[in-house]
Amino acid sequence: MAKITLDNLAHSYLPAPKTEDDFALKELNHDWTDGEAYALLGASGCGKSTLLNIISGLLIPSQGRVLFDDKDVTTAPTADRNIAQVFQFPVVYDTMTVRENLAFPLKNRGMDAAEIKRLVQKVGAMIDMESQLDRKARGLTADAKQKISLGRGMVREDVNALLFDEPLTVIDPHMKWELRTQLKKLHSDFGHTMIYVTHDQTEALTFADKVVVMHDGRVVQIGTPQELFERPAHTFVGYFIGSPGMNLFDAEIDGTQAKIAGTTVDLGAGYVAAGKTQIGVRPEFIRLGSNGAGIPATIKRIEDVGRHRIVRLDVAGTEISAIAAEGEAVASDTNCITFAPEGVNVYVNDWRIAASGEGAS
Amino acid sequence: MNKTVNQKAWFLILPVLVLVAFSAVIPLMTVVNYSVQDTFGNNQFFWAGLDWFDDMLHSERMWNALGRQLMFSGIILAIQIPLGIFVALNMPKKGFWSSFCLVVMSLPLLIPWNVVGTIWQIFGRVDIGLLGYTLDAIGIDYNYTQNTLAAWITVIVMDVWHWTSLVALLAFAGLRSIPDAYYQAAKIDQASRWAVFRFIELPKIAGVLMIAILLRFMDSFMIYTEPFVVTGGGPGNATTFLSIDLVKMALGQFDLGPAAAFSLMYFLTIMAISWVFYTVMTTIDKREGK
Repeated sequence: MAKITLDNLAHSYLPAPKTEDDFALKELNHDWTDGEAYALLGASGCGKSTLLNIISGLLIPSQGRVLFDDKDVTTAPTADRNIAQVFQFPVVYDTMTVRENLAFPLKNRGMDAAEIKRLVQKVGAMIDMESQLDRKARGLTADAKQKISLGRGMVREDVNALLFDEPLTVIDPHMKWELRTQLKKLHSDFGHTMIYVTHDQTEALTFADKVVVMHDGRVVQIGTPQELFERPAHTFVGYFIGSPGMNLFDAEIDGTQAKIAGTTVDLGAGYVAAGKTQIGVRPEFIRLGSNGAGIPATIKRIEDVGRHRIVRLDVAGTEISAIAAEGEAVASDTNCITFAPEGVNVYVNDWRIAASGEGAS
Repeated sequence: MNKTVNQKAWFLILPVLVLVAFSAVIPLMTVVNYSVQDTFGNNQFFWAGLDWFDDMLHSERMWNALGRQLMFSGIILAIQIPLGIFVALNMPKKGFWSSFCLVVMSLPLLIPWNVVGTIWQIFGRVDIGLLGYTLDAIGIDYNYTQNTLAAWITVIVMDVWHWTSLVALLAFAGLRSIPDAYYQAAKIDQASRWAVFRFIELPKIAGVLMIAILLRFMDSFMIYTEPFVVTGGGPGNATTFLSIDLVKMALGQFDLGPAAAFSLMYFLTIMAISWVFYTVMTTIDKREGK
């Protein structure tokens, strides 16, 4: 168990990167606090796996340092870091039995047989494969194989960190919940530092204490699920988290007021903004009106997703979404929208700016 | 589904029948025909029954040739398979040098048997051959025309030179198909290099290795041209393998009956061994697919 520090870290797969665009992972400083569970969330190809592989030592970064408890391990081989990592696609050793598979990392570390037996039995129970311990791993289903991979990751109790690279992609939905619960339990039992890479926001938000959102090789926000929802630091976070994502209105900002599609809206606080200014409002905060008092909008369609309905509207050419709770009627003559100032975030060039007087976010 | 009855369709497979008949069935039947008859020339044949088969099964000469043959195949498999895997493991994985290695290694495979034989025949000669002359000059007694051991070593080294690439290329293809995640997981699990080979690479290339073994076995079991060109089966009978002996018997001595009986048994032996290989391979496949 260790604190992991990333110091000026960046990585490019090109031999001689010139511009910032050449970097798959852009310069980054971050401390992964010992014993916390993190989720690394972002779209495919945003650098999540690169970051993970640098931490586990499968990849040597092109610049910067990686420190475990203030000890520089940037170029240390994976074996010296004592890290467990589980990959997206199941890796099992075909010719071994399930038991031998689970024992493999322990055996390689030269642990004594009795201790191995105890740990394997325990992890076998954890992944619900006790009855299959003595069969060959070859020929098992994909999710059984992935459970073995997870088991191999969890079997060592003294690891510095546990890294998961989208491990539940191939698992059945009901098993997903169960395994995620097991992972959380493992976390609370042993307090390993855990980093969990995913592109599934539900998975990220339910698993982690802190979610790290990455976009285009850059960490755009680190925060609790609630912070990400209420105060997205970047328009990407707003768009990526939430279903549907945050609405963005092009707006002219003038002090405490914003002008959207010709309508002036009160922001409730003063902002100093220059550049490309936008206002972000989550669909949950949008109210529909039919008296013309607000921003003019027309309903395009309504999608019923069960617990609530999503209303898609057209505002000056851009599509925006609003959420109507179950039982709440959507008037057919809806012609405008309004929103409360609390639900508003102001963005300049895609980054959120704080209102004058508000503490830095 | 109703099948349309159209007896004329038989004509469509007629070309194949004719082709197979002329290329395989009729020649084989000719051999069968010879194997049960005796002749004293003048195109006169006498029924001999299974006498030739009986003769051949009790012929010391044939058993000796078979013994040499099995030893030869055994030795070249024991060298080429591990060596091929070793080469494949150490080849550059990608980029220019990888392609370069592939091309260079394919070269021996493209050379006709006869030419390979000639190359080594000259290469090994004590008077003008680079290898033979050098060995002689540094005081090693090497003469493949007189020394049995030297002849065997020459023939084996030649076959290794000619065919190890095939094993290496097949093994390389097998190794390339292993996803990176396996190696990464092995690193995480702190597996040693040997463990990576034993538990990841070897199981993953097992199928392709079986094919390599089958190909190399069949081919070496039927080897003729190269040793014939280099040693002519000598010194004495030291490198007279089955095919060489067969040709000596059939064309040298014109003993058509025994040679025919012998070739049929030769043919059945290869068929039987290939069938065993095939069965083993398909069982492995089934086990993998389960």
